This record gives sequence, structure tokens and C-alpha cells, in this order.
Amino acid sequence: MTLEAKKITFWYRGKKKKPVLSNFDLTLSSGERVGLKAPSGRGKTTLCRILAGYERPQKGTVLLDGSPLRKAAGTYRGACPVQMVWQHPETAVDPLLRLGTTLREAGMPDRRLLERLHIEEGWLERFPAELSGGELQRFCLARALRPETKFLLCDEISSMLDLATQAQIWHFLLEEAEARGMGLLIISHDDALLDHLCTRIVAI
Amino acid sequence: MKRREKLYNRRQTTLFFLAAAIFVLAAVTVSGILVEERAAATDFSRTNLAPGIPYLFGTDWMGRDMFLRTLSGLSLSIRIGVLTAAVSAVTALCLGTAAAVFGSRVDAAVSWVIDLVMGIPHILLVMLISIACGRGFVGVVAGVSLSHWPSLARVVRTEVLQIKSAPYVLAAEKLGVSRLQIVRRHMIPHLFPQFLTGTILLFPHAILHEASVTFLGFGLSSEQPAIGVILSESMQYLTTGRWWLALFPGLALVFVVVLFAMLGERVRKLLDPASVHE
Repeated sequence: MTLEAKKITFWYRGKKKKPVLSNFDLTLSSGERVGLKAPSGRGKTTLCRILAGYERPQKGTVLLDGSPLRKAAGTYRGACPVQMVWQHPETAVDPLLRLGTTLREAGMPDRRLLERLHIEEGWLERFPAELSGGELQRFCLARALRPETKFLLCDEISSMLDLATQAQIWHFLLEEAEARGMGLLIISHDDALLDHLCTRIVAI
Repeated sequence: MKRREKLYNRRQTTLFFLAAAIFVLAAVTVSGILVEERAAATDFSRTNLAPGIPYLFGTDWMGRDMFLRTLSGLSLSIRIGVLTAAVSAVTALCLGTAAAVFGSRVDAAVSWVIDLVMGIPHILLVMLISIACGRGFVGVVAGVSLSHWPSLARVVRTEVLQIKSAPYVLAAEKLGVSRLQIVRRHMIPHLFPQFLTGTILLFPHAILHEASVTFLGFGLSSEQPAIGVILSESMQYLTTGRWWLALFPGLALVFVVVLFAMLGERVRKLLDPASVHE
């Protein structure tokens, strides 16, 4: 499978003269780990949101296996094969719901996955505010790793975590991606991390 | 020194206050309806009595018991307030949600109407609509409900826009959670506290505007026992020293309005998890 961004040009409303991305191409195949690096404000997150289908580029298309993502995503019943993990996990889960409810509505991941991410049973009875950032980020990962997930877009998912947790998360993700043949797009400021993790690095 | 533990926590005192306020308002409303006939009864053997026993608020120039008149006036005010606030709130909910959900054209149109209505002074708008609708009960209700929705509609619109693009909603969509489920689980619980608080805080506005329009002579007709009517009629007697005709009904109106405002404030605190530690 491939996730392809073709000649993407995108600008935010009223800023046509200064597009965030112009004529940008990117191809991500199954099993590949692509690192994306760029200085702040150059459209890393924007690209991520476009690839996930949250933003519609003014020019260019996002193709999933050759057909437009929006259409392709519509033909899948349930979860989309392209999932995104957000930089700030505390905004990505509903603060008013117990974590178990959030997880169940997306489809309960199997026990093994939860154990490998060191997610404890007890957390599912708690509210998001009762977990630390790292714990919450692991929870978000577990939620995004549906059986259908073929591509995972990681938008600086470890930048707010301590080194030990970072290592733990990346170690897990590498293993999981390899086992499933999943494509990863990794956005980070940390060059050493990208060098270590990725099969290919793209700069905007 | 060890801090003494409080007897009741704030949630409990707030709930207690809520229950008490609702009880008082309900009691005023119901008793006002029950005494309406007796409040209108005239008795020329007891005209112009100063406040005392048995006439707590005194009597007027036709010998009507001012306490009963005030009570039924308040009752009418509260009923009109509840009705207009409900109409305003439903209007605000529909238009605000429509603006946020149905794209930029609808949004522009609704926002334009909101700005338009907000641009006209409230009291003027209420008067104009009331006159256009033939004054009286219908006029006042139409006037107040058609002029009070914009601020709440704006809140609803912003809130829905914000929730719609919140990462947790986007993530849920991506994970295949159904539209209905998203609205029910993720949107309504976030919108509801704002909406309910906004609605309750509409009451005092509605009641005050109803009273002022009636006072100015563009609202309820003079045979209805409204606070506005009582106040405007008493104006001619104030100079003759009958202060009780205006003072007690005025104070009672302020009391009800403040009670509603406090009610709204407490409900907000109760529903808003962020203010728990205030």
C-alpha cells in the first residue's frame, strides 16, 4: 500500500501569497519509516493534517493506493487506514469521558497491545486529567493502532516526554510497524532520533 | 494550626442554594397565580394605608393590598421571563448550531443577523417589536424573545465551532465513530453547561426588559398586575408621600432578578469542572 501526496499546495485563509506548502510531493509505502524535518512553522503539522484528511489542499491530491484519500477513506467501514497521533495527547481525548469509554467507542484493542504499552486496567476507569502526559500519549497510541491501521502519522509525539518514556514508545512503535508492515511518518525536531528511526528523511 | 474542616463542601452548599432559590421562585410564581383575584380586589374602606399589619406592603389609592399585587406582579414577570428565555434559548441554539455546521454562507448570514440585532439598543428593539405585535402579553413576549437570543447564539456558535474542530472529535471521526455518537457523546456534554448557564442568565434580562417596557407604556396593559404597571402608576403618588407604592414592588423585582442571576452563576460553577478549585 502507498500513501501519496501529489503536488500539494496549501495556504491558510487569506494567506494565498504565502502558501505553507507549495508543490510538495511525498510517498509513504507500507513498511517504510519516513522522517520529516523542517524548522518551526514550515508546515510539518499542516502536512500531517492534510495526509490524515483533516485539511483539504487548494491544489494537489492525497492518494491512498492510487485513489483519492477522502473517497478511499469513505469506502472503509469504520476506522480509516490512515491514523494520526497528536502532539498534545491531552487535547486528543475527550476530557469529560472516562478513558475506557473513549477506547471502547473506537474499538477495544487487544490485551496484548495494552500490556506492551504498559497501559494498566485501572486507567480505563479514570479521566484524562488523572493521567500524565506520557501515560496519555501511550493511551492515544493504543487507540490509533487499530487492526485496520496501515499508516501512522506521528506528529512530534514524543517531544513532551522524558527520555525513558520516549525510548519506550519508539521501541514499541518500531517493533509494531515491522510486525504489521505499517508505514510510519515521523515528525520531529530531533535529528539524532530521526537518523536512528527512519529509513528515509525528507526535509520541507 | 490545623484548618477546621468545613461542615459542608461547596458543591453541597451550592446545591442547597439552588434548591432554595428554585423553591422560592416557584413559590412566588404559584402563589402569585392563586392570589391574582384577591390582588385586584378594591376596598375603599382601607385606601392609602402605610405598611404595617395586616397590610405588609401597605395599600394603594383604591385599597388594593400591595403585598398581593406585588406577588402576582412578580409571578407574571417570572412566567413571562421563563417563556421568553425559553424561546430565546431555542432560537439561539438553532441559529448558533446552524451557523457553525452549515458552512460559511449560512455562518455569514447568521452572524450578520446577530450583529444587526445586537446593533440596536435592546430597549428600543423590544419597544418596536412590542408595538408592531400589538402590545399586551403577545407584544412583550415577542419583543423580549426576539431581541435576547443573539448573545447566546454567539456563544453556541463559537462553542460548536470549537468542539467541531477539537482533536478528540477529529480523532473519533477518523476511528469510525458514527456522527450521531459523536454529537451525543462528545458535543452535547461540552455544549450543555454553557447553554444552560446562558439560558438561566437570560431570565434577569428578560424580566427587567419586560418591566421597563411595561413601565414606559409599551408593554402589558394596565389591568394586568405587572410590576411595570405598578411602578408606573405609583409615580403620580410618590410626590404625595406614598413611598411604599414603589419601594416594595421595586425591591421585590430586584430580589427576583438577583436571585436568578445568582442561580445562573452557581449553575455555571457546578457544571464547569475548571472552576472546581476556585
